[in-house]
Parts: sequence; structure tokens; C-alpha cells
Amino acid sequence: MKLFVTDLEGEQHEIEAMPNWTVMEIIRDGDQPMRAECGGSCACATCHVYVAQEWLNKLPPMEDEERGTLDGGFEVEPNSRLSCQLIMTPDLDGLKVTLTNDSSN
Amino acid sequence: MTTDAISTDVVIIGAGPVGLFAVFELGLNDMKCHLIDILDKPGGQCAELYPEKPIYDIPALPIVTGHGLTEALMKQIEPFNPVFHFNQMAESLTKTEDGKWRVVTDAGTVIEATVLVIAAGGGSFVPKKPPIKGIEEYEAKSVFYSVRRMETFRDRHIVIAGGGDSALDWTLNLQPLAAKLTLIHRRDEFRAAPDSVNKMRELVAEGKIDLKIGQIVHLNGAGGQIESVTLKPESGHNENIACDSLLPFYGLTMKLGPVANFGINLHQNLIPVDTEKFESDVPTIFAIGDINSYPGKLKLILSGFHEAALMAQQAFHYVHPNRKLRFQYTTSSSDLQTKLGVAAE
Repeated sequence: MKLFVTDLEGEQHEIEAMPNWTVMEIIRDGDQPMRAECGGSCACATCHVYVAQEWLNKLPPMEDEERGTLDGGFEVEPNSRLSCQLIMTPDLDGLKVTLTNDSSN
Repeated sequence: MTTDAISTDVVIIGAGPVGLFAVFELGLNDMKCHLIDILDKPGGQCAELYPEKPIYDIPALPIVTGHGLTEALMKQIEPFNPVFHFNQMAESLTKTEDGKWRVVTDAGTVIEATVLVIAAGGGSFVPKKPPIKGIEEYEAKSVFYSVRRMETFRDRHIVIAGGGDSALDWTLNLQPLAAKLTLIHRRDEFRAAPDSVNKMRELVAEGKIDLKIGQIVHLNGAGGQIESVTLKPESGHNENIACDSLLPFYGLTMKLGPVANFGINLHQNLIPVDTEKFESDVPTIFAIGDINSYPGKLKLILSGFHEAALMAQQAFHYVHPNRKLRFQYTTSSSDLQTKLGVAAE
């Protein structure tokens, strides 16, 4: 499986994606900048990413907790998600996300 | 000044779980500790990021919350009477004439100790700064990330940004003083205490504060004095909101801070240590927990506990150079049991 990650400079990276890993973990494992300060416990918003429009409705809907934690993020858009809450599954093969100032600055 | 300095055996930077457990291991070996932490309470990330989240990988505790773990550690180290310096950041490190470390905090506390233990985790918790272009020139002049004195804001036109407890608490506290107060949040839902949210809604209904939904995208002003913020609503046109003070409350993030200037070797913002003593490249300065690095390092609380125990063995040789280190078990040693206050009469 693949994950496509666009960095803050606009460059896209193809990363090997492991099933059942979170997108945050996959990005970190793929050596892309990923602060993820709380380590994936949906507590800090420093794994904030933008999800490509065409993938948005394939993702599980946001829980209240994720929506609340995103309050600690900046430049939040309708396609904003916390990548620690997105679990990689075969139907997400090829998912495209873009890093944010929160996650990689 | 040296005359006001606190003298102790060990100063620990960081009162997270690993810093707290270090007090125990050092205490068993007759070393007194002072701890410095930028938060207003012990527990570090456990207290700040996930106080109510269950942790499942602490040995012998099948489930414990961050808060519960902190409470238990505080109880465990009670016999050693650690002294805490909260709401303070260790700002500078120098050597005294008699070869001790002198740590000075941003609150002016001076502590002199033989051994320095850095247990600072991911660094100091500092307020998140919105990535708005040019915000730096307004900081400390008309943009503030904390409130030191409420009077500073009397008769001001204030914008508070954020949707958590800090944003709501300061909205309620500053509203009576302010000439005008506008609360800005990205969505019309708040994660703060329900009571605060209700009070805020009442003030909005009474026309005493304005509530605007959207995100701040620009700051307008000159010479460090803010004149308005530009608000981008979820839909529709941007709007300028006049103000002379902006208080962003978006929670905390971790920054290494002044520790980077202590003269210790760093690698990728971590402190490389050996795995026998967990000592940095500077003798008598140790690093334990998430802030250190060594081959095979795992950022787990339990690893930090192990590191604290080994650190304490070497620290003993520095603090008590003329004494022989005696390895004992708490189950059998009446000496240790006396220190713990549990010895039989």
C-alpha cells in the first residue's frame, strides 16, 4: 500500500503504508516531518494534515474528540484531519495528504 | 546572588513521571532533590496532555490514568520531601567556585547542587503561537499568550482566541474590566468546562461580549500595536474586528528551550547519554526519560524509570564521594525502610 505525502514545500513523497498503522505513524516511519507530540493519543493537534478532496468521503467520520482536539490546530480547513486518528486500510491505498504548519513546522 | 541560593544535592529539571521517580531512587541513596517545572503541577505530559487517558504499559498497573500515575508517584516520593518550583523554567546554568551547578530560573530562583538531572521530556510546555504572518512584531506589546496582571487589560478592546478552558476562563475574568471583549473560535462548540461555556453564552446574550466564529488570518496594526484582526468565517466574507489587545489561547506545545544553551552535547534536540549511568557528555549532568537518546532508546515511561535507577547509582558517587554505595532491597533493608518511614518499631 502507498501513502502520498506532500510536504510544506509542495513536494510529494510516496511512502510505504502498513495496514492498521495510523497515517501519523506511516508518515513518521517514512521519515517525513511529523511532530505528533502526544504520540498519537488525540491530545495535541500536532499531527494535523489536509486530506485530498477525492479521499475525504472514504475516511471514517470525525469523532467529537478529534473535532475538539483540532481546536488546538491552526489553519484548519474542511479537509483537516488528525493523522493519528486515520487508520490505514486497503481501501485507503493511495491516500493523499498534505502536511501543515502544525504537524511539520 | 549566592547568598539567596538554595543548596541541595540534586536539581531535577522536569517534574514528569521520570523526574518524580528519580526523587525516589535518589532518596533511597540519601540525596535530596529540588525539582523545577514550567507547569503549575507535577506530572508533565501525563498531567498536561492526557490526565484522563488510560495508560496500559506501566508494570504492575494494568490500567492507570496520567493523573492517577502522577498521584501515585507523588505519594511514593513523599518520604523524601522533594521541593517543587512550579511555573518556572530553568533558564541558565553556570558553575560555582566550589564546583557545584547553579541553576537560575526565569522567576529568579537560584539553586545550587552537585548533580543536575535533566528529565525534561519533550521540552518545556509553552503556548502555541498562531502561524500568522508578522505576529512576532506584536508579541509582548499587544499580543499576549498569558495574563500576568489583569489590570494591564483594563479599558482595553480585547480579542481572545480559542475554545478551551484558558480562552473561556480569561473571557469571563477579563470581561468586567474590558472596554470591549470579543471571543473568537473556529466553531460554535467549546471544549471548556460546561459551566464556563454557559456563563460565556449568558454574557453573549446580554450583549456584554461578542462571539465570532471563524479563524484569524491577519493582524493589522503598526509598530507592534495591533489595531484589528481579520477574521475568516467558515463561509462568507472576511471581517475586521477592531482591538488593541489579542490573547491567543490554543493550548501548549513543547520546546526544548534554554536547556539547548547549557553547553551539553545535543543531537536532534535530544541529549546523548551512555547506557550505564545515563550521563551526558558533561560529568555530573544526567539526562533521563524522553529527552535522552542512546542506541535502542524507547520513549516509554518504564524506560525512564530504569534510567532513573541507574543514574542514581552514579549520582551517589558525586554527592557522597567518601561513602561506599551499598546496594539494598526495600523488602529487606531496615535502613531503606527507615528512610521510607515504614520501619518496624
